Amino acid sequence: MNIPEIFETMDYGPAPEDAGEALAWLDTHKRKFGQLIGGSFTKHARGFDSRNPATGKVLAKVGQASAKDVDAAVAAARKAQKSWAARSGHDRARVLYALARLIQKQSRLFAVLETLDNGKPIRESRDIDIPLVARHFYYHAGMAQLQEAELADREALGVCGQIIPWNFPLLMLAWKIAPAIAMGNTVVLKPAEYTSLTALLFADLCREAGVPKGVINIVTGDGRVGEMIVTHPDIDKIAFTGSTEVGRLIRRATAGSGKSLTLELGGKSPYIVFDDADIDSAVEGLVDAIWFNQGQVCCAGSRLLVQEGIAERFYDKLRARMNKLRLGDPLDKCIDVGAVVDPVQLRTITDLVAGAPGDVYQAEIEMPETGCFYPPTLITGLAQSDRLMQEEIFGPVLVGTTFRTPDEAVQLANNTRYGLAATVWSENVNLALDIAPKLAAGVVWINATNLFDAAAGFGGVRESGFGREGGWEGLLAYTKPRGTAKSLKPIAPTPAPKDGETPLLDRTAKLYIGGKQARPDGGYSRAVWGPKGTLQGHASLANRKDLRNAVEAAQAAKGWGKTTGHLRAQILYYIAENLSARQDEFAARISGLTGASRAKAEAEVSASIDRLFTYAAWADKYDGAAKGVPLRGIALAMHEPVGVIGLFCPDDAPLLGLVSTVAPAIAMGNRVVAVASEPYPLAATDFYQVLDTSDVPGGVVNILTGNHAELAPQLAGHLDVDAVWSFSSTDLSAAIEAEAAGNLKRTWVNYGHSRNWAGAEGKGRVFLQAATEVKTTWVPYGE
Amino acid sequence: MTVSTQPSTDTSARAASAQLPQVQEPRNPGMALDLDWVRSVQANTSAIERRAATIGTRRSVKKEYQAAWLLRAITLIDLTTLAGDDTVGRVRRLCAKAANPVRHDLLAAMGVGPLTTGAVCVYHDMVETAVAALSGTGIPVAAVSTGFPAGLSPFPLRLAEIGESVKAGAKEIDIVISRRHVLTGNWQALYDEMQAFRAACGDAHVKAILATGELGTLRNVARASFVCMMAGADFIKTSTGKEGVNATLPVSLTMIRAIRDYHDATGFRIGYKPAGGISKAKDALVYMALMKDELGDRWLKPDLFRFGASSLLGDIERQLEHHVTGRYSAGYRHAMG
Repeated sequence: MNIPEIFETMDYGPAPEDAGEALAWLDTHKRKFGQLIGGSFTKHARGFDSRNPATGKVLAKVGQASAKDVDAAVAAARKAQKSWAARSGHDRARVLYALARLIQKQSRLFAVLETLDNGKPIRESRDIDIPLVARHFYYHAGMAQLQEAELADREALGVCGQIIPWNFPLLMLAWKIAPAIAMGNTVVLKPAEYTSLTALLFADLCREAGVPKGVINIVTGDGRVGEMIVTHPDIDKIAFTGSTEVGRLIRRATAGSGKSLTLELGGKSPYIVFDDADIDSAVEGLVDAIWFNQGQVCCAGSRLLVQEGIAERFYDKLRARMNKLRLGDPLDKCIDVGAVVDPVQLRTITDLVAGAPGDVYQAEIEMPETGCFYPPTLITGLAQSDRLMQEEIFGPVLVGTTFRTPDEAVQLANNTRYGLAATVWSENVNLALDIAPKLAAGVVWINATNLFDAAAGFGGVRESGFGREGGWEGLLAYTKPRGTAKSLKPIAPTPAPKDGETPLLDRTAKLYIGGKQARPDGGYSRAVWGPKGTLQGHASLANRKDLRNAVEAAQAAKGWGKTTGHLRAQILYYIAENLSARQDEFAARISGLTGASRAKAEAEVSASIDRLFTYAAWADKYDGAAKGVPLRGIALAMHEPVGVIGLFCPDDAPLLGLVSTVAPAIAMGNRVVAVASEPYPLAATDFYQVLDTSDVPGGVVNILTGNHAELAPQLAGHLDVDAVWSFSSTDLSAAIEAEAAGNLKRTWVNYGHSRNWAGAEGKGRVFLQAATEVKTTWVPYGE
Repeated sequence: MTVSTQPSTDTSARAASAQLPQVQEPRNPGMALDLDWVRSVQANTSAIERRAATIGTRRSVKKEYQAAWLLRAITLIDLTTLAGDDTVGRVRRLCAKAANPVRHDLLAAMGVGPLTTGAVCVYHDMVETAVAALSGTGIPVAAVSTGFPAGLSPFPLRLAEIGESVKAGAKEIDIVISRRHVLTGNWQALYDEMQAFRAACGDAHVKAILATGELGTLRNVARASFVCMMAGADFIKTSTGKEGVNATLPVSLTMIRAIRDYHDATGFRIGYKPAGGISKAKDALVYMALMKDELGDRWLKPDLFRFGASSLLGDIERQLEHHVTGRYSAGYRHAMG
């Protein structure tokens, strides 16, 4: 078209970003890449084509790492780790700072390469991905600098295996590598098969930034390489971002291995629009929610919930907005929606939408004739029971339904197995701030969507995974408390003596479920003998049905999570008071069960009272934070209870072990199903009488007695339990972690290591951290 | 205004028909004040700012597209002088520039025919001079009125001022609203005032200047926009150019979304005029992209979109010369207005 014609049509025309520099960089590597191991690239041996999804053209050949390569990468990381961690925080900060600076200096090269490889619009890689990458390295340079002063009691985990997805290739690399190396870990990172190129460019940069050899290793390839990392015996931690399905496999594969694990998985995040919202802004927000990165975003606002009275008007405006989206060449600076990452993904999206019920609307816009493109799509009139309302599509497809009241909005929003993010639009601050805490999500955006920052934790609840990335909370995933672990010897119940002594009057210990004593469903009990041959009593043998009942009771006590910290503190103090009143009786019980001296037994009771005071103190003091994110507004990091925690109590300290684990859990608002010390269960059954007299609402603490090994898979496999902890001397770790994969519940297990319950490691922040989730609520403001 | 590859013999008639909204579009008759609607209007400032901030990063026009867009921008300019030292000579020079805004060799190199700015905008005292100077060009004269810029002179005088300007030949009247009506939520008073101004304009078309920099909040901007449209404004305009803050993208987004809703509800198209602070060619392109994406191509024509600007034209001329020659231009190479 010539100028006079354009003057009439007022079309945008092409505005291509030049790919020359990025292609020239590929040429410097002869378009063939090996693995970055121990600071240098191996020769490209065998591999696969990396293609530009917008054109289908091959960009380069990327290597398929062999088991030998992975071994070599892990060995290099292992070799480098001690000296890297031994460097001063300042030394490590300098390296991270150099990486941040170099990324900024090469920002356009990274952006263009990312767009070529992934298909996302250049606007996004240029204005969102790459600046966030640099920000993440800056932020964690600061964390390295502050580590010695602020995190003195924690240390690096060791070698981290990191597996990242293709939707934000370099950004996910930054989220994984920056906190890991800042804390003194070394890494073996595998980028996604479709999108390895920016990781390889980053590898080039590492050499310029003075990253010591072996601190960062990058191996490329398909899922088989990921599996080698996951199962590698010399890796201490696995961090994975990707699908819930693969996350579950990783959970099972690492069960019992002692590897720490964080998973950032899928989502079907609700996008709630109340009738008092700024509707145009809420419509525009959806462009950032579901048409950002072609909807290939784990936290995409993909499930629209709009208040019924404004639904039709909202949909009309949304359809009009969709028709203004520009889709096409991702390198064009005037494009909103680029290419889907791969033909395989395009087929998945196409198949999911084909034959969908409801009213399917696709944007009436120009589509390129070739390449992996899918039109922005809105499907309305769906019911919650429709498959598309439940399943992640991972494409530019928005599904919608309506709600009537705020309560119903919350119910619909939470009616999902996922819990990654949520968006709330309302001009009413009372409503918005009331809804945010009720949503099952790790991140909530109020009147905005898809805001990210290194200072604000990101991560999910439920089957969206566990662990946080970003902020102080993100460092928990890359550090552990200092100290060397000692192994824990199994403690067997005292066997029945030949000639036992029986008490004068029989006493019955039952199970404690929903605030009531309950006989075991199976009708079996076990005689508990003391070491001196005295019968201490009988303990019920709980079975799976008792466990089911206990979980139901705990779930019914939901109100506990909404009580104030002050109220929970009062109740914990009251428990301590009532325990104190029966100090002698409990000391005698402990002595009788374990054979401990009277003085030692009294010390355990005193320590238990002290511990109750500790968590009464914490109940209203484990504060959240207001994060310094770069926008006018705040990101609130609030601690929320995990929910229902299943708990295998320590065997070795029958009372203190119970108190040390139950108290932090309930102090933070959780409900617990505690399985008492297996050899010495009767201190716990005595304790329910203390609970009964201390105003603890029924169902908040449920106490079972029985066989740990038998109950562990049942409790860990229960889909309505949110976390399981085990400090049992029976090694339940593998069974619990494997079964926990079912609903990806959080686990905290001892891997057969002991813990000194009377000492510092028996209390404190590690317990509070395990008892809470950090929810980040973004509240931009301004009038 | 259209640009043809052939030199036109009848520019004036065609120009006149293109620039004046009342010729192109059924004129907005207004409607009863709907307070429920006005009070339900919401504007979330941070969300609006985020959208406004990405218009310029989501959209880009290059090469011949950029040249064509800049030529179109010229036809949208209300070339303005509102200075205390305006004289007959100064206004005549401005009018001459309005009629010949771009050097002929540049237009020829781009293959386009003559074009003009959208209008010339002056104070009442300069209306007659401007009308005479623009005679035969088809370029309408706009007069700022009603006690511009503060709008605090006696109400009868403000009405009378409109009448005088219309009598002097102004085809467009840029009125200023009473900010206090907005700040106190007295929507009825604002509505009544706007209706009276509209009536006083007769056939001249009326632009309502909201003075958005003095309205405190975007919510107020949105609500004032609706009230003025309900009372019969043909255009809504951001600023006098004399407030501390003049046209901004967030304010513009707020106002044009109101225009869109009003059109959806009534079928009438209201024009939009950002004024003050738009001085770079790049800024003009961003505003045009905003109009195109939020309202549609129909609002990229001078009967529904104007820039109130004095120095914008100079920057556009330099960019056009750059397009033609490939070399950066200098201000003195283009005739001053």
